[in-house]
Amino acid sequence: MQKNASVQHTQFEELLQKVHAVGKETIANHASDVDEKARFPQESIEALKSLNLMSAYVPVEYGGMGLDIEQVGKICHILGHYCGSTAMIFAMHKIQVACVVHHCLTVEYFKNFAKRLVSEQLLIASATTEIGIGGDLLSSFCCVEAHDNEFDLTKKAPVISYGEYADALLITARRSADAAKSDQVGVLLNKDQYSLEPISDWDTLGFRGTCSSGFVVTGKADIEQIMPIPFTDALSQTMHPYSHVVWASLWSGIAASAVGKARSYVKNAVRKNPTAPPISSIRLGEVDTALTTMKNNVAASTKEYADLLNANNPDAFSNFSFATRINNLKISSSQLLIDIVGKSMMICGIASYRNQSELSLARHIRDAYGASLMVNNDRIMMHNSTLVLMHKE
Amino acid sequence: MSTDKIREILTSHGRLTESVDNLKDDSDLYQAGLTSLATVGLMLALEDEFDIEFPDSVLSRKTFGSINSIADTIEDLTD
Ligand SMILES: Cc1cc2nc3c(=O)[nH]c(=O)nc-3n(C[C@H](O)[C@H](O)[C@H](O)COP(=O)(O)OP(=O)(O)OC[C@H]3O[C@@H](n4cnc5c(N)ncnc54)[C@H](O)[C@@H]3O)c2cc1C
Repeated sequence: MQKNASVQHTQFEELLQKVHAVGKETIANHASDVDEKARFPQESIEALKSLNLMSAYVPVEYGGMGLDIEQVGKICHILGHYCGSTAMIFAMHKIQVACVVHHCLTVEYFKNFAKRLVSEQLLIASATTEIGIGGDLLSSFCCVEAHDNEFDLTKKAPVISYGEYADALLITARRSADAAKSDQVGVLLNKDQYSLEPISDWDTLGFRGTCSSGFVVTGKADIEQIMPIPFTDALSQTMHPYSHVVWASLWSGIAASAVGKARSYVKNAVRKNPTAPPISSIRLGEVDTALTTMKNNVAASTKEYADLLNANNPDAFSNFSFATRINNLKISSSQLLIDIVGKSMMICGIASYRNQSELSLARHIRDAYGASLMVNNDRIMMHNSTLVLMHKE
Repeated sequence: MSTDKIREILTSHGRLTESVDNLKDDSDLYQAGLTSLATVGLMLALEDEFDIEFPDSVLSRKTFGSINSIADTIEDLTD
């Protein structure tokens, strides 16, 4: 399993400043329009590409930045401040990149793909969810049908974020027509190797800019494009921990942005009446506590995952208590997000309830409710409820 | 160690979709239908049968992934 060494601290701090700059100058400016029209945040993704961020996790030897998971998490957190959908697209893309980087760089096709990620700043979407299966990542109906050196694949995917705008698609499927539904592989197809037939739109409450419409995907590709390890391994070592870490990171960015608005509201109130602290200052202290908890959870789990990656022991990832902790990160962060944005709304009052206002938290609260549904928290909790029975402290 | 006892417990607690008799010692039990809930039952039954306690460090998909790896783990724990 391949992993990245950290990039030098000062260089990385400079990069973060640049991310903040495009966040303020570009991403934030388009966030409302993207949300209102449920359109792809083209300008924002272009801005990220201009910083070569699509290949931030690609190892240096392939021309990428070679950032580590903690650094990618920090970028997700920053993006969450400016536009939840842009941050979510970036995070989801990075999950697919990590699958390629961790597991596939022994194969020529994937090596070239890694180089193209750098030179063309490709965007990768994913089709794991399947009609009839729901959010159970460990099962597929559809299968790879191999003949000679090629395979065919058709998948009914109800939710593919930015599917229409992606340059490549990572799809899970059964290994063959007679494989068990849990005997899965991941395949990576280039845009010119698949067609997308729309089956559902994406007019949703939140994360509207992710444009996560449903499609029937029909593809044909070379067998070299099948990931060289069983999907269950890619899931336990990468997709599962990586996704919950980057998601929780960006959610903490959305939460921090809400608290930032609440803070500016309270500061204003204090300026107007410096002698008597407003009741909202207590609320601000309270919401700041929740935000700190959320950030600490993210930091702890990210570090634990980073340490496992550094230890380079693939077996460690399948440890049940690690999986439980990563699940807990997802569950608690998605709940805290709703709690923190809700509390911030109590502070900012009606100004946050308006759609058009400096202090509007309408998009934040709508995005927040998506977090517990993307891989349903109850499904995860059900999983944990069995794992915790085995736990030994 | 003999895997007969493990096979017996797998039959009664594994709730596999395939018959245990058709599985090889290195067959992937998850592919044979082992779920995480069934893993709990399996673990408890193994602990009772062999009078052992699986420490946290070995509680993983890998340990319960095949008859061989279960046997190896039990052997390590009873040494
Ligand atoms: C913003 C956003 C972006 C997304 N992007 C993508 C993407 O790019 N690619 C992709 O493939 N998917 C994507 N998804 C889909 C997501 O990952 C989930 O798979 C999907 O939301 C689950 O759909 P569901 O609620 O219909 O199904 P389920 O997860 O099946 O949940 C439906 C209901 O069934 C219950 N349930 C079902 N099974 C169990 C169980 N075993 N234990 C406990 N409860 C259970 C749940 O609690 C819930 O009440 C996205 C989702 C969102 C919100």
